[in-house]
Amino acid sequence: MTSFIDVLYIIAFALFIYGLMGLTGPRTAVRGNLIAAVGMVIAIIATLLTPGTSNWVLIALGIILGAVVGVPSARQVKMTAMPQMVALFNGVGGGAVGLIAWVEFRTTHDYAHLAAYVPVTSLFAAIIGSVSFWGSLVAFGKLQEILPGRPISLGKPQQLINLLLLLAAIACAVIIGIGVNSQLLIVGVLVFAAVLGLMVVLPIGGADMPVVISLLNAFTGLSAAATGLALDNTAMIVAGMIVGASGSILTNLMAKAMNRSIPAIIAGGFGGGSIAASSGGATDQVVRQTSAADAAIQMAYANQVVIVPGYGMAVAQAQHAVREMAKLLESKGVEVKYAIHPVAGRMPGHMNVLLAEADVPYEQLKEMDDINSEFSRTDVALVIGANDVTNPAARTNPNSPIHGMPILNVDQARSIIVLKRGMSPGFAGIENELYYDAKTSMLFGDAKSSVGSVTEELKVL
Amino acid sequence: MFLANLAILVLAGFVGFAVISKVPNTLHTPLMSGTNAIHGIVLLGGLIVIGSGASGVLDKVLLVIAIAFGTINVIGGFLVTDRMLGMFKARKPEAGTESAGTGEKGSATS
Repeated sequence: MTSFIDVLYIIAFALFIYGLMGLTGPRTAVRGNLIAAVGMVIAIIATLLTPGTSNWVLIALGIILGAVVGVPSARQVKMTAMPQMVALFNGVGGGAVGLIAWVEFRTTHDYAHLAAYVPVTSLFAAIIGSVSFWGSLVAFGKLQEILPGRPISLGKPQQLINLLLLLAAIACAVIIGIGVNSQLLIVGVLVFAAVLGLMVVLPIGGADMPVVISLLNAFTGLSAAATGLALDNTAMIVAGMIVGASGSILTNLMAKAMNRSIPAIIAGGFGGGSIAASSGGATDQVVRQTSAADAAIQMAYANQVVIVPGYGMAVAQAQHAVREMAKLLESKGVEVKYAIHPVAGRMPGHMNVLLAEADVPYEQLKEMDDINSEFSRTDVALVIGANDVTNPAARTNPNSPIHGMPILNVDQARSIIVLKRGMSPGFAGIENELYYDAKTSMLFGDAKSSVGSVTEELKVL
Repeated sequence: MFLANLAILVLAGFVGFAVISKVPNTLHTPLMSGTNAIHGIVLLGGLIVIGSGASGVLDKVLLVIAIAFGTINVIGGFLVTDRMLGMFKARKPEAGTESAGTGEKGSATS
């Protein structure tokens, strides 16, 4: 029976790898996800086939509880709230690892009569899992705007405190390893790691959150692999390690798309120092306001309009209204394109998902490198709830915290209309010089109703 | 046993690196979500430890929570990924019915 289970595990992790390969290509992605899910079902069944498995009622209870919570939240979550949902799902995975490590400590009577690698891997998993759980909760809170998106930091001593917390968690683990028998120690490991998770993520600005979620995702993978080592389970080792490795590559790719380095993100404070760094006196400058009617006329007589959607459009659920407006413009012979910044929305690829939901034709979505050369030929750039990704300071102001970040060269268009709720700075907390440009006019209000009234004006033109 | 597992671990790490060599930006979010679902494999850990006969009340409570967490991770992860990817797929036939779209298959983005 055990070798049959092992064979099932091998099939399962082969399916994980094959599924993951599929997930990296646009055409094979859906199938890849399904294949990985089948692998997971096989792995779960194989585990339940283990001879002598008891506590069936509790197993069923746990799975039902998880399904009751997981299925509706995954089904009903709005596409705009996807990033924080992923953070939450990642967090509970880390939490599971921490709890398993805790119980393992208890049921093995402090690892008595076990090889040395068991406590080492299990306690490693406990630390990483706990960091991941609490860190993910903070990431969720920030993106859900339960917690303020701005960095919350203790300032300079932060790094030292984090280091001390890590050392404290490791110290507890080492004392357990020496053979001191105390429940307090394992709780200490988990609690110190928990505080560490909170302290590491709290100072990170909201704009960097996708990278952090990806990093915590890789962490949870590693902790799953470590748990697999402790429990001698190949499926867990392979699946966990693949996620650990691919997750770190993905984290790197994301950080690159935002021109941020991972150590700089972890060091934190992306928006914190920026208030001082943003060009002084910007607030004295005047902005030009426009009306829906003027905006409609401007666009109706343009040859090309490039729409720059941002997270603000997504929160206002304006993507369908935007699609309506674009259709009207097209019927008037205007060429409409969408400029998609790699990190538009709150995660790479997030905006593509949202626009796809509104049935925007795929051919009209232009990636940053393709559209940037076109802005100089564009009559109207319509910025809807995008901010930091259009800030020319990234190109021109070496003192700006976002200097060097690849941006959409919206300022090169002949005129720019910005739809925005108010003059508040963006997610990264930085002033945007674009709004004070002489070519820019602002249309204040909720993105959805603004787009709606522009559409109405277009209809009567 | 441990060394064999360690070897598997190292090899799996390289497989993980190799698989994610080139991914279009568009797929970063679904890919993150998909890998997120895969580490829901921690569910197995909960099943193994509880199945091997955890008896204390606290142990049972902790493990039921762990299993519930793992299940949320697995089910939620795969469902959300599928929903995200479904948005890319569902668009094709729909684009074909509209005058502007031609419904052609989107070529891989750079």
